[in-house]
Amino acid sequence: MSQIYDIRLRIAYSYDSPAAAQRTLLRILPRNIAGQQQLLSGVVTSDPAPDYRLDDIDFFGNPTVEVAHEARLSEVDFQFEGRVLRHAPGDGLDLSCGLRALPREIAQINSIAPTSPHHFLGASPRLRHEPEIAAFARECVSDSMSTLEAAEALSLALNTLFDFDSGATEVTTTPIDAFRARRGVCQDISQVMITALREIGIPAGYVSGFLRTLPPEGQPRLEGADAMHAWVRAWCGTDAGWVEFDPTNAIRAGLDHVIVGFGRDYSDVAPSKGSLRSEGGHDTRHMVDVVPVDERAPA
Amino acid sequence: MNKAGTPDALSRFLSGYDPLPGVADELKRPDGTMRPVWEPLMRYVAGKSPEQLARAFARGDQYLHDTGVYFRQYSGAESTVRSWPLSHLPVVISENEWDGLAAGIAQRAELLERVMADLYGKAELVRDGFLPADLIAQNPEWLRPVVGIKPRSKHFLHFLAFEIGRSPDGSWFVLGDRAQAPSGSGFALENRMASSRVFHDHFPKSGVARLAGFFRSFRDAMLGLRGPADGRVAILTPGQHTDTYYEHAYIARYLGFLLLECEDLKVQDGKLSVRTINGPKPVSVLWRRLDSRFADPLELDETSALGTPGMVAALRAGAMDMVNCLGSGVLEARALMAFLPGICEHLMGEPLKLSNIATWWCGQESERAYVLENLERMMIGSALSTKLPFDIDRTTALGGKFRDSAQGPVTEWIQREGARLVGQEAVTLSTTPAMIDGMLRPRPMVVRVFATRTENGWEVMPGGYARIGRGGDPTALAMQAGGSVADVWVMSKTAKPADTLARAPAGPFLRRQPGLLPARAADNLFWLGRYVERAEGAMRVLRAWHLRLEEHGTRTVPLVSALGDFLSTFGHDPEEPIPTHLLGQLDAAVICASKVRDRFSTDGWNALNDLAGSAGRLAERVHHGDDAAHAMSVLLRKTAGFSGLVHENMFRFLGWRFLTLGRALERADHMAAVLAALADAETPAGGLDAAVEVGDSVMTHRRRYTIESSRETVIDMLALDRDNPRSILFQIDRLREEEEQLAAVSSRPRVGEATRRILMMQTMLAVSEPEQISTRRLVRIRRELAAISEALTAQYLS
Repeated sequence: MSQIYDIRLRIAYSYDSPAAAQRTLLRILPRNIAGQQQLLSGVVTSDPAPDYRLDDIDFFGNPTVEVAHEARLSEVDFQFEGRVLRHAPGDGLDLSCGLRALPREIAQINSIAPTSPHHFLGASPRLRHEPEIAAFARECVSDSMSTLEAAEALSLALNTLFDFDSGATEVTTTPIDAFRARRGVCQDISQVMITALREIGIPAGYVSGFLRTLPPEGQPRLEGADAMHAWVRAWCGTDAGWVEFDPTNAIRAGLDHVIVGFGRDYSDVAPSKGSLRSEGGHDTRHMVDVVPVDERAPA
Repeated sequence: MNKAGTPDALSRFLSGYDPLPGVADELKRPDGTMRPVWEPLMRYVAGKSPEQLARAFARGDQYLHDTGVYFRQYSGAESTVRSWPLSHLPVVISENEWDGLAAGIAQRAELLERVMADLYGKAELVRDGFLPADLIAQNPEWLRPVVGIKPRSKHFLHFLAFEIGRSPDGSWFVLGDRAQAPSGSGFALENRMASSRVFHDHFPKSGVARLAGFFRSFRDAMLGLRGPADGRVAILTPGQHTDTYYEHAYIARYLGFLLLECEDLKVQDGKLSVRTINGPKPVSVLWRRLDSRFADPLELDETSALGTPGMVAALRAGAMDMVNCLGSGVLEARALMAFLPGICEHLMGEPLKLSNIATWWCGQESERAYVLENLERMMIGSALSTKLPFDIDRTTALGGKFRDSAQGPVTEWIQREGARLVGQEAVTLSTTPAMIDGMLRPRPMVVRVFATRTENGWEVMPGGYARIGRGGDPTALAMQAGGSVADVWVMSKTAKPADTLARAPAGPFLRRQPGLLPARAADNLFWLGRYVERAEGAMRVLRAWHLRLEEHGTRTVPLVSALGDFLSTFGHDPEEPIPTHLLGQLDAAVICASKVRDRFSTDGWNALNDLAGSAGRLAERVHHGDDAAHAMSVLLRKTAGFSGLVHENMFRFLGWRFLTLGRALERADHMAAVLAALADAETPAGGLDAAVEVGDSVMTHRRRYTIESSRETVIDMLALDRDNPRSILFQIDRLREEEEQLAAVSSRPRVGEATRRILMMQTMLAVSEPEQISTRRLVRIRRELAAISEALTAQYLS
């Protein structure tokens, strides 16, 4: 099964006092992943046009666009517009290893290549050891579970624990604060789940991407579709490899999810990272449309 | 040596010096005899009376005090500036021994280069099992954005330091590798300056290897990295709040490199440049004294307030070289030392020439078991820590125990967190003589040695930076904070000629780059000029006020009250004999100066600190009236001393112009304000005389105008007289002169906003008659001066 989407993302910044010498690193272009998804067409643009632009690929293989503006700006828009073909992941057998066997499987990976599980354990820039989340994670799983079962159990438990609330947290909220408040958005729930997985020895990373805006007829609308979405991937042993979970909706990531970036936490895949010389405050707005394309209609 | 049975001064001097048993000592062999390499120095020292020795040591301390050597010490959130704790006796090492050590250092430097190239390249050391993957992947100093970068110079490492110690069997070993942004070479140089003064009549003929050759090699290597383009070499410092800022400023001056902060730098079109008063200029080599993580908030630590956005991209694009390349901090992790012996055999085909402290990573089963069995002689700490083994913190266990008993049992800890821990052999260091209360005493020491990459391979500085423990305890523990530092003398058989950095290098002539003035430095100099002048103006008015207060005995006299109001308008509370606001202005001047120490003469710096310090001390004890007026005279003399020193000794031509601009603007503004307040029709009687007094023109005024002072004579003298250095027009002439020079070297349009405004003001004053300079006109002049300041700022300082 597969699905084509037309995707449009706009990130609009406006500044109280015009900002000079601005530099922005964007990660908003969907990835090409063999067997999973294909970027059919699409471009990242900036309005006003930048004085400098460099398209590149980061360590984890995510496309990046770095832009610089020399003039003073009071507003700037970044936009991705394009078409992506997404394949549904095979819902096969549970090939993951048992939780007890996982450390040995990890230790056998002599690699620090981007896909190696070693990057995804322990602390990362925005995530650290959290005893409270560790205790919660241990309650949700048992030693006899497979890694996949453990990850699913955690995804479900967190989905139950959390109330989706876009007003409760900010982009800088720490996982422990969100966990204690039991409220937040996809970024919060995902970062709590990553912390929890790492606490029980499962390598876990952050996935940023898009979620289909309107569900197929007769199905409920998924949470997180009006902005960029975030979910989790966990390394479930050599045979199963990386498996993606969407704890915000308590489902596996699949046909409705379009991947933009893989990282250790939000800081690796933030859609826009900026620096500017400005005295005043600023305001950011994100607008997302992910519209399935009827394959019979002309493109 | 002395004959037995005839104890001379030397053997008396050495008789009380008893190294601990089982510990290597630098001065004495295990059999109690002195190592020959120490003899000349010891004979010299023993031949001095205690008074002579005290004077000699004081010479070194005076030098350090005069040059303003200090370092900043942090404990918690507090930081204090500490004077330099020099242990006056150097550590003496023979050239033969040093050569062996240097060969080991050079090998280790090359080894680290290859490890770094692998970790940021193919990662074969991990693939082939020479390094555990998680040790690298979990290290926050292994910077993923740097992976794949190929340095323009083909090398990642150019300047390294190593902390070494001597074990009981007499061999040297490495306690820690310093690859991130090694400090201490400038301090080593300062220690050398001090020790050569302490032993001024011994040092020149002593055969001590000179340090200048090493710095020349390093400087030439840096200049050689520039490539074909005419880019600059600069030192990148985190700024004046870092503990080693003094060293950064010192070595920048010594080597003649720009000292920059991230804020000075800008990446444009993939290239790195420095913001100068004449716009951006290319920088092609950076000696990075800032930890990698903080260098670029866009790709590295996003919370860094210090970084330059785009720095990693510029490095990736090969637009510059960095000494050392970003990411070199990964080489400092303690745990790496467990694997370096094996990696050396693998990569270099030979064993380590200089062993490192025995280290076991507890993430491996057999190593963990070994550590658990030998807990008694282990120090156990974080695997990724970059601290030296003797920097013990709460979570370090020594001899099977934590320092903080609140922690659980050590064995459990190791079982649970093995992969995060290393065991390191609890080492015993050698001792070296130090003079403690007039007696020679053995004290433990470690030495930091430095190596730089040159065209002909690694060159090791013949000398180093020794740290000496406070107590006699020879375990590494004694090396914690609170010790002293010493010079290291490498002795050759022949006397060494004096050497300086200035010697012409062999090979093609290297053109010296014309000076650049970063906008931030210019801004600080501009404001330094303004603050000092502003304070001076306040002092003059305060003196006039206090004198009249004394004379009239009451503040209600109209003139006293008018002067008091004037002071209040400028933020000075007349209730305080020396207002806090004045102290604040002097402090602000010191802060500006501290940000440009590399461009500022030491004498000027000391004079400014003396001025601010004196003001603070006087403020605590003087009273209103004559007492305070006298204090103002003292401070004015000190201000004049500072200004004289600075204007005579300013290091950089361009920088001096900004200081002068700031001073001229402030002085003109002050005079306009004084005249507006004291030469107004409404001003009480005596105002004109007070203005002449504040304007330091009493004598001239009396000489020139035999008649009584009138508003016209005073205005003529203090506003329009081109020959009076206190007059407004005189200062506008200065502004015009300095700005013209700046505009001449700038690439901007010929008549800029600042030029235009200064010219207009100059013309207006030049053609005015005294009666035309009304109070309203004076107020307009002040507004116009503010506009000139803004125009200068926009044109040169941002």
